[in-house]
Amino acid sequence: MTINGAGATFPYPIYSKWFDEYQKAHPDVRINYQSIGSGGGIKQLTAQTVFFGASDGPMTDAQLQAAPGSILHFPTVLGGVVPVYNVTGVTQPLRFSGGVLADIYLGKITKWNDAAIANLNPRVKLPADDIAVVHRSDGSGTTYIFCDFLSKVSPDYKTKIGMATSVNWPAGVGAKGNEGVSGLVRQTPGAIGYVELIYALQNKMNYGSVQNKAGQFVTASLDSVTAAATGAAIPDDFRVSITNADGANAYPIASFTWLLLYQHPKDAARGKAMIDFLKWALTDGQKFAPSLGYAPLPQPVVAKEMQALGKIQ
Amino acid sequence: MTRSSDDRGFRIGTGAFAALVLLIVAGIAFELTRQSTLSITKFGLKFWTTKVWDPVSGDFGALPFIWGTLYSSILALAVATPIALGIAIFISELSPRPLRQPLAYLTELLAAIPSIVYGLWGIFVLVPIVRKVEVAMGAKPALGVGMLAAALILAVMVIPFTSSVAREILKNVPTTQREAAYALGATRWEAIKVAIGFGRTGIIGAVMLGFGRALGETMAVTMVIGNSPQISASLFKPQYTMAAVIANEFTEAADELYLHALIEIGLLLFIITVAVNLLSRLLIWSTKRRAVTVVVMPVIEEAPA
Repeated sequence: MTINGAGATFPYPIYSKWFDEYQKAHPDVRINYQSIGSGGGIKQLTAQTVFFGASDGPMTDAQLQAAPGSILHFPTVLGGVVPVYNVTGVTQPLRFSGGVLADIYLGKITKWNDAAIANLNPRVKLPADDIAVVHRSDGSGTTYIFCDFLSKVSPDYKTKIGMATSVNWPAGVGAKGNEGVSGLVRQTPGAIGYVELIYALQNKMNYGSVQNKAGQFVTASLDSVTAAATGAAIPDDFRVSITNADGANAYPIASFTWLLLYQHPKDAARGKAMIDFLKWALTDGQKFAPSLGYAPLPQPVVAKEMQALGKIQ
Repeated sequence: MTRSSDDRGFRIGTGAFAALVLLIVAGIAFELTRQSTLSITKFGLKFWTTKVWDPVSGDFGALPFIWGTLYSSILALAVATPIALGIAIFISELSPRPLRQPLAYLTELLAAIPSIVYGLWGIFVLVPIVRKVEVAMGAKPALGVGMLAAALILAVMVIPFTSSVAREILKNVPTTQREAAYALGATRWEAIKVAIGFGRTGIIGAVMLGFGRALGETMAVTMVIGNSPQISASLFKPQYTMAAVIANEFTEAADELYLHALIEIGLLLFIITVAVNLLSRLLIWSTKRRAVTVVVMPVIEEAPA
């Protein structure tokens, strides 16, 4: 049996690992996944050209209504977004708050020695350099999560920029992909950018800590990202943003990535196979997550999802 | 009898292939229009003239992208044309014979380099150099990425196209032209001028071919232009092109209007490219001597009855 899926690029490494491992144990189930982007995944799922979709952002109400049947969301793993920077003479990690990041990306804070940054970093000697803002130029779930957090903490950011996979940036330059952003930040003195945690970990990059809702400055790690999912209230349809979550250890710029399935699949046998696969991915499969740089789901979320899988008929 | 029916069959066969080209172009135009209807009906002609590109509020205007595309291509042309023509003239008129083939081969090799490689070279070599220039000139903040880097990369990519077509055109200028010039007492430079004058429309065609190439280039430009939709004559400011915004935003555009707006950008690019190509074809066709035009645009002759 072959099952086709398409969608987000962010979870592609873990999904291909999962499909590979799962097929070893179940040689009759072959799952193909095309990482064409979240938007494309939702489109193809709606057009029913694939059996399942995957997205870094939950589907909107309008998108759900446009689909020919009821679609369910299943969080699979977690990711985070971290601020990276290149400030001349600064070697220790910098601290950021949502408000400061929002004002930098709004173009309101333009110097590294601005009082707002200096107040968060009293022991760091900041230069009077201009800030060169770098953002993603390609539509991306990373941008979505970053803007989601900043829209929550800054009303000004919410009205002037808002959140989407691509937004109308008032400041800075756009670079393509995590590698484009980190490359530009690395070679431009005074630059700041944002990249996926997994990318920063794999490339051993230094990144700043971000102040969470509880007021703590948290450095992103697999644990602090999982803690964000623990601290958030999870609704029954799992369509939830977990940025700026509660909890002293919760990293504030974190998000689920979702697998999307029809509640009443047209093909019952494939539907059953996907349920079995998800049950495995949410339990045994989670142990593959950390080594690939993804944060595993917290236990309560897994339990809730196991229950929700029963809705598929 | 059989020979004339063979002729007819050949004519119909090749004619069908020629018609297929028309069909494909018409098909592209139709599909681009069909899939951008939402944006066409919502924004109308304003799409060409407004500056806002805001996927969050669903407000789309293409002007900064049109500007960036035309500006970067024209700058690239301004840099590439003298160099490309210089190469073409040297290879066809002045170069020692054993050097001709290797030089021609090397220029054409530039055209075979994938655009992503140009882009990487741009990021790691060209952009830092441009940044140093910006720092020296006091531009703030000195980013390196922007219009200048994009135009320079485009220029390098355009040179092989313009120079090889121009070279072929000069090669096809009849020797009688040069001989006539020499007979009148012309110096070498004056004889070359005669040859250039003779092939000038073809050379204009070569330049326009380079322009068409620059308009559509995507990956290398995306990597160095800074991707910021603003209209500015500054060489150092980050800007954006039509091809770049499509490449960047298409995969994650889930909203219908957003998708239609991106496809309409494709439609505008198609219209502009077709217009530029038509112009270059007209210029080439206006050349009187077929020997010159045949290189760029093979003309299917009507078979004698």
